[in-house]
Amino acid sequence: MTKTDVVIIGAGPVGLFAVHQLGIKGLKAVVIDNLDKAGGQCIELYPDKPIYDIPAIPECTGEELTKNLLEQIKPFNTKFFYNERVDEVKQDNDNWIVKTNNNNKFTAPNIIIAGGVGSFEPRKILVKDAEKYEGKSLFYSVKNKDEFKNKNISIFGGGDSALDWALELSKFSKITLIHRRNEFRGAPHTLSEIKKLENEGKISIKTPCKLESIEGDKNVESISIKFDDEKIEKIRTDTILSFFGLIMKLGPIAEWGLNMNKKTIEVNSENFETNKKGIFAAGDICSYPGKLKLILSGFHEVALASVECFKRARPNEKYRFEFTTSSKNIQNRLGKK
Amino acid sequence: MSKITYIDYQDNSKTIEVENGLTVMEGAIQNDISGIDADCGGSMACATCHVYVEEKWFNKIPKAEEAEVDMIDMAIEPKKNSRLSCQIIVSDELDGLTVMTPKKQS
Repeated sequence: MTKTDVVIIGAGPVGLFAVHQLGIKGLKAVVIDNLDKAGGQCIELYPDKPIYDIPAIPECTGEELTKNLLEQIKPFNTKFFYNERVDEVKQDNDNWIVKTNNNNKFTAPNIIIAGGVGSFEPRKILVKDAEKYEGKSLFYSVKNKDEFKNKNISIFGGGDSALDWALELSKFSKITLIHRRNEFRGAPHTLSEIKKLENEGKISIKTPCKLESIEGDKNVESISIKFDDEKIEKIRTDTILSFFGLIMKLGPIAEWGLNMNKKTIEVNSENFETNKKGIFAAGDICSYPGKLKLILSGFHEVALASVECFKRARPNEKYRFEFTTSSKNIQNRLGKK
Repeated sequence: MSKITYIDYQDNSKTIEVENGLTVMEGAIQNDISGIDADCGGSMACATCHVYVEEKWFNKIPKAEEAEVDMIDMAIEPKKNSRLSCQIIVSDELDGLTVMTPKKQS
């Protein structure tokens, strides 16, 4: 069991800035995120899209924002637990015990939930029996490409993931690339490579069509796709790869006894505490009158929440408001001399 | 104010007055219309405000830009008349617009 001052759930921009606001007050935090890296929606949904409303930064991408936030919190040597989802939150007197699906346990007087709209999961295929084949002959990502050798692979999707894996796996497997419309979206170079391989007969492209059914017993044997003109074609398939992006699922958060409003957690707007003492919510996941789902609002929310976190983590110390420009304490914590 | 009708997959219909300038998604969220999730809040990043636009209205709405069409690829069961409701801005011209919400958004 790891003891800390604050457990932060979510490594998006708001979770990262929470580390900063806690860190300059001398509080230690750990950060847990279901993704394999920091950035949250900024990295998963729009890494290349410019953001224009971060104060004093006229323009930056989601990726740049994440990189800069990580740089800003470097002095605090925070421990990140990626690829882990918080499953359980339990009260233990004045502390909270947090357990992840990887069986890591933490205890802290404070939790800040900066979980966006929940944890990211791949968008799944909904046709009959799809679930039955998941992990055996239906996959939403490629972890080990050796398992995709010498197979008949049907790939669904029209974006970068679908195109890149079609190219890569075509080196040692027979690929059918299936998309709902004729246009693919990908880097021009990738698109011309795909065209070339199609002409050489190494990749077969089926558009505009969608998955109609999966046939098989223990393993997938074939799939049927339906074209826009209602024509149906059966394709021999050992493995299905589907790339329809990620969706956000609230998951276990809904079961922690917090007052919820649709998919958001109700907080007060003085310190962003929930109905449970010591559990705070900030960023897209919190709601209060007038709430705006902006990154800058999340920054404000964690700044205020961090003050209450301090009071709970250091009940015998007096909280003193300080400026980074003049406080020797803060400058020491930032490693500035 | 313009009248927007939302019909769910079970054919339940709700007509509400939406302020011009708001999006069809915002109209739904503010009036507790079920069938539209809008997880990303309207940043065209999630495709969970996906709707089917009634044929006669489809061509009256400004065409979808490329980023929206790309995002519709991710929606469940996209069709020819698919749009993201966060990109349809309510105006007098769209008074009477009818959209159908899908069975599932994710």
